Amino acid sequence: MVVLELDRLSCHFELTPGFVDRVIKRKPPSYIKAVERLSIAIGEKEILGIAGESGCGKSTTCSMVSGLLDPTEGDIRFRGKSILGLRGDAIKDYRRSVQMIFQDPYESLNPRFRTVDIVAEGPRALELWDANEIEQRSLAMLDAVGLPSGKYAERFPHELSGGERQRVGIASALVMEPEVIIADEPLSMLDVSIRAGILDLLREMQAERGFSSLYVSHDLSILGNVADRLLIMYLGQAMEIGPAEEVIRNPKHPYTRALIGAVPIPDPRSRRAIPNIRGDISKPIDPPPGCRFAPRCPYADASCSNTFIEMETGAGTLHQAACHRLAEIDNAGS
Amino acid sequence: MSSSRTSQRFRKLRLALREHYRIINSNKLSQFGFWVIILFTLVAIFAPWIAPHDPWEMTYDSNGNFASLRPPSWEFPMGTTHLGYDLFSQLILATRTTLLIGVVSGFISIVIGANVGLIAGYYGGKIDEVLMRITDILYGMPFLPFIIVLIALFGRQLEFIILAIVLIIWRTSARVIRAQAMSIKQRQYIQMAKARGASDLRIIYRHILPNVLPLLLLYAAFNIAWSIITEASASFLGFGDGETVSWGGMLYELWLSGKTRVAWWWFASPSVCIILLVTSLVFVSRAYEEVANPRLRKR
Ligand SMILES: Nc1ncnc2c1ncn2[C@@H]1O[C@H](COP(=O)(O)OP(=O)(O)OP(=O)(O)O)[C@@H](O)[C@H]1O
Ligand SMILES: [Mg+2]
Repeated sequence: MVVLELDRLSCHFELTPGFVDRVIKRKPPSYIKAVERLSIAIGEKEILGIAGESGCGKSTTCSMVSGLLDPTEGDIRFRGKSILGLRGDAIKDYRRSVQMIFQDPYESLNPRFRTVDIVAEGPRALELWDANEIEQRSLAMLDAVGLPSGKYAERFPHELSGGERQRVGIASALVMEPEVIIADEPLSMLDVSIRAGILDLLREMQAERGFSSLYVSHDLSILGNVADRLLIMYLGQAMEIGPAEEVIRNPKHPYTRALIGAVPIPDPRSRRAIPNIRGDISKPIDPPPGCRFAPRCPYADASCSNTFIEMETGAGTLHQAACHRLAEIDNAGS
Repeated sequence: MSSSRTSQRFRKLRLALREHYRIINSNKLSQFGFWVIILFTLVAIFAPWIAPHDPWEMTYDSNGNFASLRPPSWEFPMGTTHLGYDLFSQLILATRTTLLIGVVSGFISIVIGANVGLIAGYYGGKIDEVLMRITDILYGMPFLPFIIVLIALFGRQLEFIILAIVLIIWRTSARVIRAQAMSIKQRQYIQMAKARGASDLRIIYRHILPNVLPLLLLYAAFNIAWSIITEASASFLGFGDGETVSWGGMLYELWLSGKTRVAWWWFASPSVCIILLVTSLVFVSRAYEEVANPRLRKR
């Protein structure tokens, strides 16, 4: 059963040209197409991992799903019902059911709130329970994430370590009893030594409470471990999706292969026409309609940049790649 | 457990008070300012009981002579006016008026400034545009013609003097708080509050407001100081409330009497009081500036 479904979801940011360009040269505005026709379906209790390099639109996707950003096109459905354009009480249920865990625990906790108030903020804002119950549940939640409430409830964020802060962030999401957790690189700002502890906590909570997750990371080794299915993104497009182990052990898409290291990215100096193979990947500003990896892809032909390939999503475990030259690549590879 | 949490809350409250104590005692000037403010406040509260005479009572010395233009002495600690009014009594009652005007207009102006700033800064776009154009118009408004017109329209009453002062001084705090709200709005903890379901108003007043509080205190003190100066200027120019004495009003009377060159004591005491109270407010607010400015904060 599908819990959350993204249907050809796009997010474009307008880059307003300078005054001269806009008014005198009448240049149309450019768009950063941060996410382009992304379709995902997350099943009950499923953990879907999203991987990709910096700037590929992972956080933008999370923001759209958690209602912080309005999609340009496409639809988000929760248990079959579209949530876009809902107002008031209708959106309240969704707000509660889908909760985000933020990346940076140093930035995402209000410095003027005590931990118990940080945790209680969501239930209070949505008036989920009466004041007393909210307080009790928040304290119990702090206990559950490994911060004994007697000791931690009245502390302010600056009195906590990074790991403790992230536990508060997790508690503040879980106290809402969500059905979907969106975790945008929840470990990346933490010290390596405490990552395992937080990851264990997330897993334990998932096992106990049975929510579904969208887990974003660029660490494939963690994702291979945690996720049931894995989605690989590149410059706003989905490149490959499938069972996590499958994708990592047997990647199909040339980009996934490059990312995983099964096939090294070709030497940039030998193909001078291709920009940005090393260093930062470029931004998707007014990109051609087709595959965005095409300019860097050793197998690309003329049609690659022009045809967009949509993958079958569903909640199935089908392993697919958004590449129409898979057959040739396989032949070349073997 | 809940009793231990209540005791923890008390501990936090004590810590907060200790924090204010620490801020005020962080340097000699703010310590001095704090005690000056306390002293003036006490004088203002108990003014009618402290003042030996009515402010407009013609006084006579112990020999029964009319006490006109007397320099300070044991009988008249701050001297008298040409009409024999006791300046010490006038000064004490004026403290009450001045402080009242200062605190009330300082408070109203910070409330308006904070709300306009928070709403403009948080919503941005058209709302911001409209609110900021209004403050721009006020910036373009010179104070004197403005207050002359207001008082000509409504009369020389305390309420309208306060209104005029408020209309002039709220704009600066609105600007500053708007800038602060705009930067806080970008912070991730505001995104988190939104993701948890907090409404816009909840975010403005529960999440952003506490974070601009140190700045708000700073500007509250500034606004009070400015109100006092503004009131003094207005009164000196004859736009004060004729029914009450104020420091600026005392100087205006001096000017009217034409005795400026003779009666130095008449000039000295209200001027010293204005300077003393305004600088004290500035000293204390300077100490809070350290808190308002996160870079200077030791944590
Ligand atoms: N508000 C915005 N305005 C304009 N462009 C934006 C905005 N937010 C994101 N972008 C652009 O959209 C693209 C995707 O950004 P996003 O933050 O989603 O990437 P990400 O995959 O989360 O990267 P990272 O791994 O660094 O977190 C980037 O090119 C970014 O510059
Ligand atoms: Mg990101």
